[in-house]
Amino acid sequence: MTNFTSVASFVGGVLIGLSAAAMLLFNGKIAGISGILAGVLRPVKADTLWRACFLSGMLVGGLMLRVYLPQAFDFGTIRSAGALAAAGLLVGFGTRLGNGCTSGHGICGMARLSARSIAATATFMATGAAVVYAVNHLLGGSL
Amino acid sequence: MKSLLVSFVSGIVFALGLGISGMTRPIKVIGFLDLTGKWDASLAFVMIGAITVYSIAYRLVRRRTAPLFSAKFLIPDRKDIDRNLIFGAALFGAGWGLAGFCPGPAVTSLASGAAPVALFVIAMVAGIYLHGVSTRMADIGIPPVRTAAQTAADS
Repeated sequence: MTNFTSVASFVGGVLIGLSAAAMLLFNGKIAGISGILAGVLRPVKADTLWRACFLSGMLVGGLMLRVYLPQAFDFGTIRSAGALAAAGLLVGFGTRLGNGCTSGHGICGMARLSARSIAATATFMATGAAVVYAVNHLLGGSL
Repeated sequence: MKSLLVSFVSGIVFALGLGISGMTRPIKVIGFLDLTGKWDASLAFVMIGAITVYSIAYRLVRRRTAPLFSAKFLIPDRKDIDRNLIFGAALFGAGWGLAGFCPGPAVTSLASGAAPVALFVIAMVAGIYLHGVSTRMADIGIPPVRTAAQTAADS
């Protein structure tokens, strides 16, 4: 086990939970990032603006991290351009086909004890671990 | 207007949470998914923190008949575990494990100005469009794009 950051990770998780809780309490919405992003790309009347505001907030938050916590963007592992392009396609297509990602299924859905989200989370964790196993232990750790 | 401000501030807090937790660092994500290697369990604590807070909040908030700044709750109510859900999640997980980015951290990391992140996000947006195109093709009677795994499962 290396570079264990349980406290920072827990605190960050609490902030994510609070943000998602605020979206539910005030706006009645699930904070699922893949769905929010897809909703902005295929605008549906009246339902685009809040999504654009949320994504704008994420970018502002990202800029705050860049200034006050630059190590947040110390990526450590960056795959080759080809691997990143393939991964992006898989993430974009897969999250739409499966109706959610780590936030919508992994956090909001799991907390709601949604059977669909529990099944989806178990599945993406499993294939994620399988791909990491393949890259790190069968292909020598770089791609 | 107040609801849009909530969305904006929630986006900021969400991004800060991702950055503080380590989710914006592929080395942490890949370390978390590397169960048979030098496993970095840190990101389990992100889920524990977020799910604990949201579980409590969800149960309290759902006692209300409506949210504060909006007419009604928009909560998914589907119960069926269908093939699209599982295949979609499987594809997403493969991409997540490959790059170490999922959608939230990727969007947040655009602020770093790093070209690889921009490339990932552009590809992710292309994947979202590709899904939209395949869905519309299905709507007009053209068989949808199927993965090799889906085809294999049918045969």
